Amino acid sequence: MTSPLGALRVRGRAGSADRRTGSGQGRGRRSLPVLLAYAILVPGALLFVAPFAWLVSASFQHVGDIFSWPPQWIPEDPTLDNYKTFFGIPTESTRSGASADVLRWFANSVFVASSITVLQLFFNAMAAYVFAKRTFPGRDTIFLLFLATLMVPPQITLIPNYLVLKHIPLFGGNDILGQGGHGWLDSYYGLILPGSVSAFGIFLLRQYMLTIPDELLDAARVDGAGEFRVFWRVVLPLSGPALAATAIFTFIYAWEDFLWPLIIISSPEHYTMPLGLALFVVKNRTAWDMLMAGSVVATIPVLVIFMIFQRHFIKGISLSGLKG
Amino acid sequence: MRTMRTNVGARPDRTSGRARPWAAGQRPAKGWRRTLWRMARSWDAYLFLAPGLLLFSVFTLFALGFAFYLTFHEWSIIQPDKPFVGLGNYRDLLDDERFRRSVYNTAYFTGASVPLTMMVGLVVALLLNQPLRARGILRVMYFLPVVTPFVVVAIIWKWLYNGDFGLFNYYLLKANLIEEPLLWLADKNLAMPSIILMSVWAGVGFSMVVYLAALQAVPEELYDAAKVDGAGAWARLRYVTIPMLRPATLFLMVMGIIGSFQIFTQIFVMTQGGPVDRTTTMMFYIYEAAFKFYEMGYASTLAYALFAMLFVFTLLQLRLYRRAYE
Repeated sequence: MTSPLGALRVRGRAGSADRRTGSGQGRGRRSLPVLLAYAILVPGALLFVAPFAWLVSASFQHVGDIFSWPPQWIPEDPTLDNYKTFFGIPTESTRSGASADVLRWFANSVFVASSITVLQLFFNAMAAYVFAKRTFPGRDTIFLLFLATLMVPPQITLIPNYLVLKHIPLFGGNDILGQGGHGWLDSYYGLILPGSVSAFGIFLLRQYMLTIPDELLDAARVDGAGEFRVFWRVVLPLSGPALAATAIFTFIYAWEDFLWPLIIISSPEHYTMPLGLALFVVKNRTAWDMLMAGSVVATIPVLVIFMIFQRHFIKGISLSGLKG
Repeated sequence: MRTMRTNVGARPDRTSGRARPWAAGQRPAKGWRRTLWRMARSWDAYLFLAPGLLLFSVFTLFALGFAFYLTFHEWSIIQPDKPFVGLGNYRDLLDDERFRRSVYNTAYFTGASVPLTMMVGLVVALLLNQPLRARGILRVMYFLPVVTPFVVVAIIWKWLYNGDFGLFNYYLLKANLIEEPLLWLADKNLAMPSIILMSVWAGVGFSMVVYLAALQAVPEELYDAAKVDGAGAWARLRYVTIPMLRPATLFLMVMGIIGSFQIFTQIFVMTQGGPVDRTTTMMFYIYEAAFKFYEMGYASTLAYALFAMLFVFTLLQLRLYRRAYE
């Protein structure tokens, strides 16, 4: 729930174990337990999916129909207006204020989540590479320092980081001493940079890179490759599965992040999708129809990524030796 | 070219270097110069480490220290002077009724949602661990809430709980289970249970997947042996399956407690801590203290209190963990 990594790791195990399915329980008299299982699981699963079904249905309803009693599960008068409003396409009944920046929120989320993913992959991989494949004074101390902070809950760094961002010199109207302006608050830098390295990601990649044979690296060096070339052309391609796995959950995590944007962002043109939607609800704006459409749109990217790459990161995780 | 040679040169060093203790005290005095020489020789390794280490130092290490510093100050962003108050913030903490309330609420939430999520997840996993043809799709259905952005989940449920138009009231009224609409999130006794129900729904998929993985790792022979010994289905569950799942259970417990100590999004979107502070959790209180009342010092003290509690819990659980493996 909290750690996407945990989910991922275990998901991987579940997936790989799936192939040798059909465990022996109830092998003798198969039908009764199986029927019982279906009798409980299917209604349960429907209950789990029902809220989504209703969300999707509501997103295609006129605002009046959403409030209808009894609720309509299948829209009687389906409409695309909510999505049109969402994407800023004028409709017959466009209400003022609803559409304003919503498409912008979506673009912000795409930009921020992608940037965090790319930067984190790059920075994590570089650090992981030297931790795994180089010897230098202080290596183990620094690595332990990274590991030790895994226990620190992110909440504790929230307030100091807010103040740090506020006083970044020479940005956002600040002078060279970091006074006077708002620094990196309410900016993309503030959204992206604090999340662009992760101790856990470094740890995971390092474990994976340890399994790459040193001989491959040395061969490249003998052929005259510089250190960056070795990293870029040998180590990174060989770490593909682990990189893919970390990339996917970093993206999902960044996409869903709410608390950090809530704290540092103040102007609507910098809202991310979750922040925009949440503030929309909290301020009790009445455009529920648009909100439903927005919720569907906010969910689609993570869902698609999850569906497409499910098998990919299962493979990556089982390869990265995190099984145990 | 130079880099290449140095690195090839570093090879034998690495192999023998593992055995050599790095502890400073055990090295001869002239070792310092050697260390410097080594550092200079692996300058490019530091270069690789630099961006990550820089960000990490600022946003994690420095932040940790700075937060601790803040706990001894009255620090408001709108006031120019930030006086040192010694242990004042800590003293305030002890007399703070709202703080106690928030600890109670967090404990209430954790105590109810973590076991429930785990139990429901276990039942679903046990059922799914049979040769079902629809297993793949069922698993995805139960897992769906886990990958949905939490803000979206909270929005859906806020709507479901709506007193006038919500689906819950509609179906409960229709089934004659209640006589008049419930207020759910606006009712001071129902608000927290409502949040818990929603969080369980959102978390079951995760514990199901963990348990499912653990179940599939239980060796078949154990069940066969138990059967030979005449153990029925219930006895096998009780004496084989559940003990074998203990590591997964502990893992879920640790993750669950850490996660629910930090519950925030649901509260922010659904109740804003109300009614009458019944759903003000620690994280929500920290948020309010820092970003509504601008008391950064006091908020940091609250954050450290949360950290301390989590730390104690984690230690306790690690102990359990170790015992489970012995």
